[in-house]
Amino acid sequence: MKIVNVTHGSFYAIGAYAAASLTAAWLARGYPPMLSYAVLVVAAIVVAAPFAIFIERAILRPLYARDEVVILLVTYALFLILEDVVKLIWGVNPYFIAEPYALLGSFQVAGMAYPTYNLILVAVALFFGGGLAWLLHSTRAGKLLLAVIHDPEVSRAMGVNVGRYYLATFTLGSLLAALAGAFTAPTVSVVPGLGVEVIVLSFAVVVIGGLGSLPGAAVGAVMVGLVRSASVHYMPQVELFVIYFVMAVVLALRPRGLFSLAEPRKI
Amino acid sequence: MRFMNRLGIAFTAAMAAALPQVAAAQNVKIGIVAFISGPAAAPFGVPAKNAADFVIDELNAGRGPAPYDKKGFGGATLETVVVDEAGSTTTQVTEFRNLVQRHNVDLVIGYISSGNCLAIAPVAEELKKFTNFFDCGTPRIFEDAAYKYVFRTSPTATMDSVGAALYVKDAKPNIKSIAGLNQNYAWGQDSWGDFELAMKVLVPNLEVKTSQMPKLFAGQYNAEISALLGAKADVIHSSFWNGDLEALILQGGPRGLMKSSMTILTTGETAMHKLGPQIPDGTVLGARGPFGPYAPNNAYNKWFSAGFEKRFSAPPNYASYQMAQAILGVKLAWEKAQAAAGGKRPTNEQVGTALENMTFEGPGGTVRMAIGKGHQAVMETVYGTTRLVNGKLTLVNVKRYPAEKVNPPEGVKSADWIKSGFKPN
Repeated sequence: MKIVNVTHGSFYAIGAYAAASLTAAWLARGYPPMLSYAVLVVAAIVVAAPFAIFIERAILRPLYARDEVVILLVTYALFLILEDVVKLIWGVNPYFIAEPYALLGSFQVAGMAYPTYNLILVAVALFFGGGLAWLLHSTRAGKLLLAVIHDPEVSRAMGVNVGRYYLATFTLGSLLAALAGAFTAPTVSVVPGLGVEVIVLSFAVVVIGGLGSLPGAAVGAVMVGLVRSASVHYMPQVELFVIYFVMAVVLALRPRGLFSLAEPRKI
Repeated sequence: MRFMNRLGIAFTAAMAAALPQVAAAQNVKIGIVAFISGPAAAPFGVPAKNAADFVIDELNAGRGPAPYDKKGFGGATLETVVVDEAGSTTTQVTEFRNLVQRHNVDLVIGYISSGNCLAIAPVAEELKKFTNFFDCGTPRIFEDAAYKYVFRTSPTATMDSVGAALYVKDAKPNIKSIAGLNQNYAWGQDSWGDFELAMKVLVPNLEVKTSQMPKLFAGQYNAEISALLGAKADVIHSSFWNGDLEALILQGGPRGLMKSSMTILTTGETAMHKLGPQIPDGTVLGARGPFGPYAPNNAYNKWFSAGFEKRFSAPPNYASYQMAQAILGVKLAWEKAQAAAGGKRPTNEQVGTALENMTFEGPGGTVRMAIGKGHQAVMETVYGTTRLVNGKLTLVNVKRYPAEKVNPPEGVKSADWIKSGFKPN
């Protein structure tokens, strides 16, 4: 959609809060703990979807004709507003749901314990990444979406309901951010400011990979994760610096990121 | 006669109109500053503000235990102006000036962030406004400068780190190695620096396996936990607080971090009330002094903890205790100064003089304004180890260290005192 959407941080936080509060309520009532994973997913989707639809319909839709920088600033403003909305809804006290994290036990690698939940998160990320790639490149809807992103006017002239595609794409992206928050919620203390941390790191990931590129985002995420972990183990004092050093090196060599898409020229 | 009647009516009306102003002038207006929003609000700011609300209401009603049973401050009703500490240090300096120059507060009690305390102290001095820091930990405030109007009725972070080192040495006499996981800013670096220094004094051949300094509020610590598990240090020190502390417990517990190494969490008490049984057995918890579960069983603690819990449906944490003792200390100083002034309302200078070198009792026990030229408090400190009993978190092997053993003597800087092998004057 050619939108650098800063509200993804807010949707991450909304997903985490919705999942933490509703899963805690589920477990407090003595319902089966194994079903708490389903509650995580449903809670994030049900709570985040109305926010996503409202933002796209009421705020972003009138602005699509404007410059991309204007939309970036609007999403940043929305991000700040949603930070306070989250506080109004859930307050400032932390939420915890450790049960889904501990429920699956752990496994040993080189004498160290790793929670099985973390391994499942890797599988979930692969599933969603693969699913998105399939949706975009192997389905009619995905191909039409690529056409809409490239040239909304021509797509509209060809009979594509551009507004519906924008709504669906923005909502899907926001729900994926909310799901990421929901899956992270059992491993952290869900507190105000959760979205701020993730959006900064996510920005580094997508810039390294190349804006708009799905494989780029995946490779960027793996690079950031590996570089940070290596630094933590071998040189912890440069842990913060090293991520942005990698980003600077990549941008110096490939200013549009590792997997930047060829820019189609409009005639 | 008619003229006299009119004069009488006018006089009465004028007096009636003036009465509210006279009454207002008799009130003591206190600026309360704490984090009301942001990540430090839930663990520190809100519990501290709740403590201020509770203590001030109790004092205004004359319900405090003796010698705090006189209404308000020396009979004057207390009113508050609350300021959110969230925002930059520059913002806080502006807000402090607003408190003094626009709200005309009589005194200020507040500040959790060490950075804010360091910035506010010279401004308080410039504006000649009595200011009592209730929570911030950096020892540099009174070690690098001398103030007339600035006080701190809570102990410094040096006490936490030295107390932690003594506890660890007592619990593991043959300790050979340590590792650290602290936030990468002033508090985390100072806490680790003091702990590492104290441990090296106590155990000369100590090996430091690793010192992890992740970003504040990073939230995810799996890489750091792997590094700590791989380091296999005898003891892990962490001064994490808020969501970072809770995330460390939630992520480190299932991976056996607290079982593989004795883990000491210097501010762990704040997580006790929220995470309870999820804190693994054998974790060492501090409360930045004799607060919360370590508070003495005295009349002040009974009054404060029972009343607080009844009103807010949650037990007070150490930030609440620190705020309570900050208000109580100032109350005693105010009333002492008022008595010395023959019952007249004391000036800021007179209240300051009264608080200098004062000793008073509070919900956390004895507070002595013994260092920093009588402006900085010292207290005993306490650490204990968690053990789950019938699903409830309890603290065992609780050890108390007297104030002289965990605080530098008057006129000696913390780092110099630790390097000297904790020599008393």
